[in-house]
Amino acid sequence: MNTSALVVMLSTMLLVTGATIYFFIRVLNAPHKPEPDSYLDNDDEIERQAPRA
Amino acid sequence: MSANKESWGSRVGLILAMAGNAVGLGNFLRFPVQAVQNGGGAFIIPYLVCFLVMGIPLLWIEWSMGRFGGKFGHHSTPFIVDTMHKNRLWKYIGVFGIWTNIAVASYYCYLESWTLSYVFHSLAGSFNGLDQNGVSNFFDQYVSLGESTFGIPYEPIFFFVLCLLLNTWILSQGLAKGVERVAKIGMPLLIIFGMFLAYKGFTITAGENGAINDSSVGLNFLWTPNFDELWSPTVWLAAAGQIFFTLSVGMGTIHCYASYVRSKDDIALNAMSAGWMNEFVEVVLGASILIPISIGYLGIDGVVDLVNSQGGLGLGFRTLPYLFYQWGDVLGAVAGVMWFGLLFFAGITSSLAMGTPWIGFLQDEFNWNRRPAAWSFGLIVLVLGMPTVLFFKYGVFDEYDYWAGTVSLVVFALFESILFAWVFGMNKGWREITSGADIKVPNIYKFIIKFVTPLLLLWVFIGSLITPKGGDWAGAFSNGWELDDSSIINKIKNSNLKRQLAEATDPAVIEQLQDTLFFVNASRILLVVVFLSIAGLVYMAYKKRVREGRI
Repeated sequence: MNTSALVVMLSTMLLVTGATIYFFIRVLNAPHKPEPDSYLDNDDEIERQAPRA
Repeated sequence: MSANKESWGSRVGLILAMAGNAVGLGNFLRFPVQAVQNGGGAFIIPYLVCFLVMGIPLLWIEWSMGRFGGKFGHHSTPFIVDTMHKNRLWKYIGVFGIWTNIAVASYYCYLESWTLSYVFHSLAGSFNGLDQNGVSNFFDQYVSLGESTFGIPYEPIFFFVLCLLLNTWILSQGLAKGVERVAKIGMPLLIIFGMFLAYKGFTITAGENGAINDSSVGLNFLWTPNFDELWSPTVWLAAAGQIFFTLSVGMGTIHCYASYVRSKDDIALNAMSAGWMNEFVEVVLGASILIPISIGYLGIDGVVDLVNSQGGLGLGFRTLPYLFYQWGDVLGAVAGVMWFGLLFFAGITSSLAMGTPWIGFLQDEFNWNRRPAAWSFGLIVLVLGMPTVLFFKYGVFDEYDYWAGTVSLVVFALFESILFAWVFGMNKGWREITSGADIKVPNIYKFIIKFVTPLLLLWVFIGSLITPKGGDWAGAFSNGWELDDSSIINKIKNSNLKRQLAEATDPAVIEQLQDTLFFVNASRILLVVVFLSIAGLVYMAYKKRVREGRI
């Protein structure tokens, strides 16, 4: 490949792949919100239950 | 009370469903062709700029509008936008968010059915032993309802109905058990298939398996920047248009999905994650398959001819199945299954999204249960989609695509950006975007959403309305404004068809063009009738709300 094409391709692909991975990891590591939240699968997880008043 | 008590199963599931909604056939068939036609590697600069100043703002606008409407129990755009301002007319603008989806699904499901059919044909070895013309003729025969290798009469109709049944059944299972489950299976498979084909796209060697070029020739062709093109408004318009279609903004599907998110939960990070996931599929995978493989076997001139005559769709369906078989019978079949399989998953995750606003509307406003609402969607799409199957060669498919899948998106996005930033108010809008956010949203976006995004959208709309001949903007300003046939105004006037009719001398061609003109106008009337019917239902829903004291 010629240099300019290689530079544009690699920088674009690295930027896009990096941003995709970065934001997805941020989602996975985001602090959990107490129930009730928007999602059904975690409804029974004890650590997500809001403390009783 | 609404019958709508649905929820998403998990946050990752929601993001995959949103990304699946955005990832469509255009990521693999439209983006690389747009890049080649608009400056190669330089196209990526306006493309990424438009993603940052138009794509991301629109994602945030639509996610936050959806979540805001969801607080009031609304899951479709007519009543989502109705909650944002007291003017009663807004809900009729919101009709676009249902109409677009129904109209697009009508032809999109047909397209999706091709991919499903081609998966089976790849498995059955239908393309084995055919030359390039043979594979191309196979496609022509298929869409003209000719008998295909399977011997099923009216095979396209069979696969269209099968595809529609599958979509409807999945929709009837609900958000978490239907749509989300398909996204959780489909998106990872799509990425795996895409990575395999991208690897093949990067490793073609001239002289092996009939290849005439190394991969580098195709990649150079796609990525070498022609910086002169950066100053062309046509290139910027193409980049803005591509960002639109790829993110599925301006459709009403994002609003609908986000309306099931509670107000304390994040949308800002979710939108970024789903948006960038779509960009990964488009820029990294989409750019590494179609063009490098095609140029490896057909050369640059051959591919340019094919792109100009058939577009990305033609290249994907008429040419790639033949090229895959250059790798041997087994690998050819496997690559065919992967290519059409990834297109199928890209398609179905989008068409499922198109069903949800209509279903949400019926559940919210007329207390329908999910199942009958889903089947009503299937029935409407079947009735509206049949003309695209039966009269494909008369341009019905293209007509639906142009008005519902192109113009409507820009119009609705323009309205919603104005509503959000100027009518609802930027301060309230900003609170909606940042409420519960798991990331810090840069303050510069307050300015971008208020000024840059609406102006860009206005420019895209005006640019499409009065596109100058040949996309020559400088010439149009200095030598008088002659409209291009692709401009909205000339499309409405059917200028291209009428010119062809005036120039035609062969009676058979004249008859074909006259029929095409009839079907083009008939499709438009049908689309207008559907829009007005939905607007009528919105009016009935409004009256019902008034009677019930909900307004």
